[in-house]
Amino acid sequence: MTQTKSTPGGRGTLYKGREGMWSWVGHRITGVGIFFFLLVHVLDTSLVRVSPEAYNAVIGAYKHPIMILGEIGLVGAIVFHAFNGLRIILVDFWKQGTRYHRQMLWAVLTLWLVTMVAFSVRHLMIFFEGWEGF
Amino acid sequence: MTATNSEATLPSQGTEAPRSGRVDPKYLRSNPSKGAFEMWAWLFMRVSGAALVILIFVHLWTNLMVGDGIYQIDFAFVAGKWANPVWQFWDLTMLWLAMLHGANGMRTIINDYAEKDSTRLALKSILYLASTVIIILGTLVIFTFEPCLVDEAGNLLEYAPSFCETAVN
Repeated sequence: MTQTKSTPGGRGTLYKGREGMWSWVGHRITGVGIFFFLLVHVLDTSLVRVSPEAYNAVIGAYKHPIMILGEIGLVGAIVFHAFNGLRIILVDFWKQGTRYHRQMLWAVLTLWLVTMVAFSVRHLMIFFEGWEGF
Repeated sequence: MTATNSEATLPSQGTEAPRSGRVDPKYLRSNPSKGAFEMWAWLFMRVSGAALVILIFVHLWTNLMVGDGIYQIDFAFVAGKWANPVWQFWDLTMLWLAMLHGANGMRTIINDYAEKDSTRLALKSILYLASTVIIILGTLVIFTFEPCLVDEAGNLLEYAPSFCETAVN
């Protein structure tokens, strides 16, 4: 009989509350967030057809300090979704994929951390070099 | 009963594990022919996903990591990129794949959480309408973009990219 509920003793199910479930939750949440940003991003880019002034004014909002932090969050979501998506492809198509899905999740999280440290340092460096204050 | 697949047989019960198209009809929620669509949707998510990793990582690299990063992005920067057909094609591919990938992901989520038929229909209608509008809008913007805008007197607007000066004179 397969277990369907996690037990207090720590020996839970194969899926619920474990790496498989949490990576799935993370993939969904980041995916929804990226989708709504994409809608906004196509709309703000479309302002190049309205006028250069309109586009420059709206895209200027992305250079505000709060938005700089927002961009780090957005790129964090994209990088997780990308790396975890590649992991899903390996789980589906690679023979050993299901055997190593947990190890691959730790690889995803490690690569995510390395990428995000590099991105954040570069993005913040550029921001502080060019920042003219509020 | 058609020929059984020994790999799909559960040893303990001697019955086949349920899988698309082999489920007892009384458990089917919808037309079995939808199975082919769902298979293609599943495959599309993996193929477009792999392509989008490259498309978006390069997009983020060229726009945010090199040059002046976030500060370089303005009308002239976009005009400079879209003067090159490679970037037009790049952004067009990214737009279509990302929107279809995202819309299909949202469709899956709506199917998972919206239990009432009418709610699912309403949410998916909004989703498909919004996605269609965004894809068409973005495509038109890429192909009808005019970088060297002039005023009534025929002079270049001040935001025009520098390559327009040689093109006009």
